[in-house]
Amino acid sequence: MVARSPNLAIAVSICLCLLSQFAGQAQSVSEDVVANGTETGHQGGRLSVSLRSEPKTLNPVTSVDVSSREVIAQLTADLVHINRLTLQTEPALAKSWKVSPDGLRYTLRLRHGLRFSDGHPFDADDVVFSFRVYLDEDIHSPQRDLLVVGNKPIAVRKVDPYTVVFELSQPYAAADRLFDSVAILPRHLLEESYKSGKLARAWGLDTPPLQIAGLGPFRFKEYVAGQRITLERNPYYWKVDRDDHRLPYLDQINFFFVPNADAEVIRFKAGDSDVINRISAEDYSNLEKDQSAQTFRLWDLGPSLEFNFLFFNLNTALPAQSSTLARKQTAWFRKVKFRQAISLAIDREAITHIVYRGRGTPLWSPVTPANRLWMNTAIPHPERSLQGARSLLQSEGFSWKQDGTLLDPTGVPVEFTIITSASNAQRTKMATLIQADLKDLGIQAEVVPMEFHSVLDRIFQTHDYEAAILGLSGGDVDPNSDMNVWLSTGNDHVWDLGEPHPSTSWEAEIDQLMEKQLSTRRPEERKAQYDRVQAILAEQLPIICLASPNILVGVKSDLGNFKPAVLDPHTLWNSPELFFDGQEGGRHP
Amino acid sequence: MSKGKHFVVPMVCVAAVHLVTFLSGFFAPYDYSEQDRHLPYAPPSTLHFRDAQGTWHWRPSVCALVERPEQFGVYEEDRTRCFPLAFFTRGYRYSAFWLIQSDRHLLAVTPPAKIFLLGSDGYGRDELSRLLYGGRLSLCAGLLAAASSVGLGLLLGTVAGYYGGWCDAIVMRCVELFLALPWLYLLFALRAFLPLHVSPSQAFLLLIAVLGIVGWARPARLIRGIVLSEKERTYVLAARMFGGSDFYLMHQHIAPRTYGLLLTQAALLVPQYILAEVTLSFLGLGVAEPVPSWGNMLAALQQYDVLVSYWWIWAPGFALFLVCINYWRLASAMQVAAEGTAHWQ
Repeated sequence: MVARSPNLAIAVSICLCLLSQFAGQAQSVSEDVVANGTETGHQGGRLSVSLRSEPKTLNPVTSVDVSSREVIAQLTADLVHINRLTLQTEPALAKSWKVSPDGLRYTLRLRHGLRFSDGHPFDADDVVFSFRVYLDEDIHSPQRDLLVVGNKPIAVRKVDPYTVVFELSQPYAAADRLFDSVAILPRHLLEESYKSGKLARAWGLDTPPLQIAGLGPFRFKEYVAGQRITLERNPYYWKVDRDDHRLPYLDQINFFFVPNADAEVIRFKAGDSDVINRISAEDYSNLEKDQSAQTFRLWDLGPSLEFNFLFFNLNTALPAQSSTLARKQTAWFRKVKFRQAISLAIDREAITHIVYRGRGTPLWSPVTPANRLWMNTAIPHPERSLQGARSLLQSEGFSWKQDGTLLDPTGVPVEFTIITSASNAQRTKMATLIQADLKDLGIQAEVVPMEFHSVLDRIFQTHDYEAAILGLSGGDVDPNSDMNVWLSTGNDHVWDLGEPHPSTSWEAEIDQLMEKQLSTRRPEERKAQYDRVQAILAEQLPIICLASPNILVGVKSDLGNFKPAVLDPHTLWNSPELFFDGQEGGRHP
Repeated sequence: MSKGKHFVVPMVCVAAVHLVTFLSGFFAPYDYSEQDRHLPYAPPSTLHFRDAQGTWHWRPSVCALVERPEQFGVYEEDRTRCFPLAFFTRGYRYSAFWLIQSDRHLLAVTPPAKIFLLGSDGYGRDELSRLLYGGRLSLCAGLLAAASSVGLGLLLGTVAGYYGGWCDAIVMRCVELFLALPWLYLLFALRAFLPLHVSPSQAFLLLIAVLGIVGWARPARLIRGIVLSEKERTYVLAARMFGGSDFYLMHQHIAPRTYGLLLTQAALLVPQYILAEVTLSFLGLGVAEPVPSWGNMLAALQQYDVLVSYWWIWAPGFALFLVCINYWRLASAMQVAAEGTAHWQ
């Protein structure tokens, strides 16, 4: 019949074609529409953003530095994305996913008809290839650790061109969060260098733009050493707005390099950059003075996920040359009441006032108020009390000399040094305040600001220090991202590294709870387990939490849809939706 | 006569600065480490000669400051809580190099009012008190380091010039080595090797030792030059003929000829070392918090906002400028005097 009337056949096929096109469009609108509540913008403009250091590479597999990651985030996309505002996962390259009842198998359905920024189509082979690369031990990708669950790497299998199955060796709570920021690589561009073992060195900054492609909203255009990196709009980007207009709105993003934070502020003030991330409280108050006269807006997003803390050297394996004094100090540090007394003596309100100029939050637990999903609100916030600290110390046999000096039970004056990074003025300030606080208790604390790498070296390698101030900032709100800090075998278990087995019963309990929550699938149960971990930490105080700085960002007033978020990156996470209001967009020469 | 005039002004200035910083405990209203956490970056206090009713008082008063809510470092005076200044009152105990122990202070005011004549720093510590205590440390470091390097230079320069030969060669090669070394980087390396526990007084001594050792080379070379020419003088040869020992000749006849130069050198080196201490402390290699020195006080200016917002934090910089200018004027007056005497002979 078809052969007999070709016209009909053509008509039918056109019809089908139209139908499928229509269906495809309808589908793309329903699937790809950006989050509700965003304004519909218009095309054009160039966004200028400053970076505090030059990116080292554009290779998503090997990049570790902040600047590289910030640029790469604009060039690439992931399968499942954590929405920076809601903190929940949402579909990205995968339009949906299913979890098997035992929690071991994730089936991801990919979006149809997507193209890389060079026009090459995307399918399941790219996904399989990407995960093969990330999991390759010879490539040493920083993402690999995350993708190894229960000592076994995740297994990836292609079912059909648009279906991929991931298999875990043990149940893993919130496994969908693992996919966030694992950039999908173009197999057609990178397979060759992977096979010849050159992938780790591929996609350096000197790579011609045509050889770099991703699924992100922008693509690489130009790199001028020492000055800037320019990205241009990816015409094949897969997100559209409510009016079915293909995103992103911006034509270009221009990342330029500045030597330090001060230069960044000055350039922002001068109008050279449109967005400024991570402003310090000092610079914020400086910019605030000009806010009314200038054309920018400043945002104080409230507490961040960063927690700054004081901790004592509780390492069981101490350096061989440690003196008798050092051994005496370890005896003090190991007494939980000593740590509690120190915590009680610290004036956290003064830290937020003087160090963060009121733009910070005092902390009694490492989970900051920014993490509203997981914070244990039952943890007490005791006020500074020298009396309380004194009675705690007294009950452990400490006493005071005539002149107020604190003596330990054997009559040795209590003194120790606090090391901090000299380049971090805020932590040095905290140390100076704590020094004065502890002096009220009769403790002689010396502050030693030193180069950041020597601080890390002393804490992580030689264990040659007495007390230190550090800050940590989780990449995600989920407790899994902090496993390496709380597990006694973790690489960032700062106070006691390299324990073969937990040296105290409470550390053993934390280990147990953290392992248990990892495979618990019911969110309420996980929350209860993590609450208990926080309660143990607040009671035993292996780290004495001090304060969390607020997230402070600034933006040009005419940038639309700007929605800074708590999770990193705070500002450009919704770059496809950003647009310039009015005629001013792209006025930067 | 005119020679004397050149001396008087810089001499008086230098002496006055040293005296005031030496007695910093008396002049400083507060202890250098006393923090008032409610008053960070408070501006210099206003002295009121009229009270709230408008009545004139000879004794000025200072009012309590209240930080505006939500506005860091912005203060308002509470005119209902003003307190007159008190002079020569008793306060915290202080000592001046273990020589004087006292608790008398020039100025004081009843809390909650605070007398911040030069404002306060980021921790609410009195900038004036810290300037005085910091000056004591910085100026002493300069003086002691200059004395030690001039002393070392005199000893080695005289020996090298007098004996000549291999002794001269060794000393002069050392001089060249010391002049050529990149000191700042060596100091950075040195600090990394030092133990963590360095008390402020140890750090101070270390600073002087380092500066003294680094700086002996230039005076040594100058002195060697003078000694070389002086040892051939006829009166030296005559003294030697009468059986004067080497030590006697150096001590009695040659060294005194270098004193004019030495004093000039010292007057030049002192400000140079004060600046060196400031540089080292600025970079975090000097004395540590909370002990002030002009260098670590100026380090606060590394923050852009402090640099542009709080002018009184610059105070150590101005003090430094004044001290250095006066030392240099003193040095040039000495040089003129030394040349004058040389011509006269």
